[in-house]
Amino acid sequence: MLKRVNESPRTNVHVHLKDAAFPAPFASGLEYAAPARGTWNIAHVGMLMPEAHEIFVCAAGCLRGVVLTAAEMGASHRFSTVEVKENNLLDGDMEDLIIEGVSDVIRKLPYTPRAVLVYTSCVHHFTGCDLDVCYRELRARFPHIDFTDCYMNPIMRKSGLTPDQLMRRQLYSLIRPREKDPKCVAILGSDFELNEDSELAKMIRGAGYRLLEIQRCKTYEDYQQLGEASIYITTYPSAIPGGEALAQRIGGTHIHIPYTLDYDEIDANLRKLADLLGCDMPDTKPMRDACDAALAKLREVITEDVTVDYTYCPRVLGAARLLHEAGLHVTRVYADSFTGFERGDYDALRAANADITIHPTAHAAMRFAVSEMPCLAVGQKAAYFCGTDHFVNEVEGGGHWGYEAILSLCSLMLDAHENAKPMRELVAIKGMGCSCV
Amino acid sequence: MRQTSGIISTYSADVFGVCSALFELGGMVVMHDASGCNSTYTTHDEPRWMDMDAMVYISGISEMEAIMGEDSKLVSDIADAARELHPRFVAVAGTPIPAMTGFDYAACAAMIEGETGIPALGVTTTGMNSYVLGASRAYKMFCEKFVKRDAAKTDAPSVNIVGMTPLDFSIKGEAESVVRFCERAGFAVNANFSMGCTFDELVNAGAAHVNLVVSACGLAAAKWMQAELGIPYVIGTPVAGPYADALADLLCETARTRRDGLCAAHAGTGDIAIIGENVRSIALAEAIALATGRDCRVISSVNEDILRPGDVYAPWEDDVIAALDGAKVVIADPMFAPIAPKGAKFIHNAHEACSGRLWRSEIIDPAAGIDAILSQL
Repeated sequence: MLKRVNESPRTNVHVHLKDAAFPAPFASGLEYAAPARGTWNIAHVGMLMPEAHEIFVCAAGCLRGVVLTAAEMGASHRFSTVEVKENNLLDGDMEDLIIEGVSDVIRKLPYTPRAVLVYTSCVHHFTGCDLDVCYRELRARFPHIDFTDCYMNPIMRKSGLTPDQLMRRQLYSLIRPREKDPKCVAILGSDFELNEDSELAKMIRGAGYRLLEIQRCKTYEDYQQLGEASIYITTYPSAIPGGEALAQRIGGTHIHIPYTLDYDEIDANLRKLADLLGCDMPDTKPMRDACDAALAKLREVITEDVTVDYTYCPRVLGAARLLHEAGLHVTRVYADSFTGFERGDYDALRAANADITIHPTAHAAMRFAVSEMPCLAVGQKAAYFCGTDHFVNEVEGGGHWGYEAILSLCSLMLDAHENAKPMRELVAIKGMGCSCV
Repeated sequence: MRQTSGIISTYSADVFGVCSALFELGGMVVMHDASGCNSTYTTHDEPRWMDMDAMVYISGISEMEAIMGEDSKLVSDIADAARELHPRFVAVAGTPIPAMTGFDYAACAAMIEGETGIPALGVTTTGMNSYVLGASRAYKMFCEKFVKRDAAKTDAPSVNIVGMTPLDFSIKGEAESVVRFCERAGFAVNANFSMGCTFDELVNAGAAHVNLVVSACGLAAAKWMQAELGIPYVIGTPVAGPYADALADLLCETARTRRDGLCAAHAGTGDIAIIGENVRSIALAEAIALATGRDCRVISSVNEDILRPGDVYAPWEDDVIAALDGAKVVIADPMFAPIAPKGAKFIHNAHEACSGRLWRSEIIDPAAGIDAILSQL
């Protein structure tokens, strides 16, 4: 338990699902950061581009987190900084700082990167910095390097695309148009490589298509081959703008085949993809039966409370619904808000009168909401708040999709039930599974 | 070029220094920031986050709030949280966007006090300076606001430790080592700014006979206490061996003579370069000189107020590279290894304010001994 350094009340702010507004059950206010760090940040995502170098142009406080992200990944050699100071705000020389700073970094590097990801920040937006001028000049100075504009501007998270969406778009912005291969599919915008056992991967490969992903690229040339795909698939909600932008820019068809744990939605997505690939819809009954059996086994074994948080997958309510409908005792969902894709799960759980409470993770009072609750947690934040070592340690869907994702969840839950893990140590690791060094 | 870093780290920033300094005091510290500062601070710069329930939050300022100057949103969010969570005090510190919009921290603090009746500090930071500046300001403002002017001196000799945060003193027991040093030197610790302490202990800081400034973070508060409360100060941090003895002697002498002083007798010369926070690095340099007869030069990237003749303030990577010219031994955080001169011996001296938690397990507690360093010279 946390050592108390004040006399604050032990609060536990939450709302029952039946009373929870959609998509934002909680009012905004001061924000707390729970010490569960498994999800990726923009520095992690950028490192997925092979042979690229990241240069962040920000204030010291903003640089600190990403500098140490790179260091903890062992990727400091692919990471540099240009620090913004007060005088740059006052002197109006932000463009000079970017151009000369980035140039200085590149000249000093012991290697020539194929691409440079330049991350500018909130202050550039607010000072009206002319980024076009900066990139035009940098491209003229270093014609053999591809530059792209990336953004660490969280102040814009409520205005247009979020920094996360922007990052997942810009990651593919350097792909050049190529002759399209009609039998080539690329998956875009996920943190993790798509599991080969997923129905998605099996259908693509079974239909005779090449399957490309940035996670599988070892070289910049591999990365450029993503331009050969004729179909671009996104499975992660915040990847959609990137998929649309790439298809619009270099051609090809973008299709969103969302991560879901709902049988019917999985089938509908597979049918949609089968139409696009020109292949037969597979018989999913064996997979449904396998999932039914796995869930039945869960119901038999896991009698303790189950809690789920939003970092586990993009459909936290979908995970809660799946487990609730399977007969497990789902009591808590940890999420600050929901995406529009979760409306169906929200409605279904409410219609079923599920006795589930929704708990925020960033509300100020959550600082005092850590308990030692005997339960099985799905996700790092649920594990932290419930103080349990019995938890599913996976983030952002873990590269799973479809029935395979359900089977994976069942397997991980059984393992978590039987085996305790050192939660405190595991959740502290930043960017879980980021193997893009 | 100034302001660029090819590879080395960025030291912890001013706003995080504020949080670190005030962490254990039962207050609510709010970083006026859009997003990111909270997770950066609590992941890399606050090793107590998992174990103590201190209230550190961000405001979550948005683009429109910044453009429209909606400071009232921040005040009402803080007031709402404070009414629910009852902090002993509130402190607000800032980041680049509030700096750009000319956010008035003092006015904000006054509004919070008026709204809640809870004392508040507005610590002006921009997120563009080192943690030393933020922690210094926080300690000084805390003293100005809360330290009693009329505290009776303790009967027995006592000392305040000033400038101790986990950014410079590892949670692996360094704070306790410094406390033991003070006690061996004949001083009870009256207040520790601010590891292993309480708000009430700090409020009573005026009862001490002398202040021990253990990092540059503590200097401004020590100067304030010297001016307002008449407490003299010594700058230094214990390094086991002859330097600790010298520091203990100086502490006694200063308590008696009331003459402030830096515990140093050597110049910043020689072919051994020490990179780090000023007071710790100077103490290490002096200890090495006393143990080996070899002078060391100190290179600080975080503060220029406390240096010996010959020591260098080098805020940027190129400055550090220039200052390292000719060094045969470099003692520094491992993040500096890539820029050490070719052929120079590099000795790890991990520093949380530089590399965060990366090398915490190998941080040296100088008060317990520096054989790990001396054996490599």
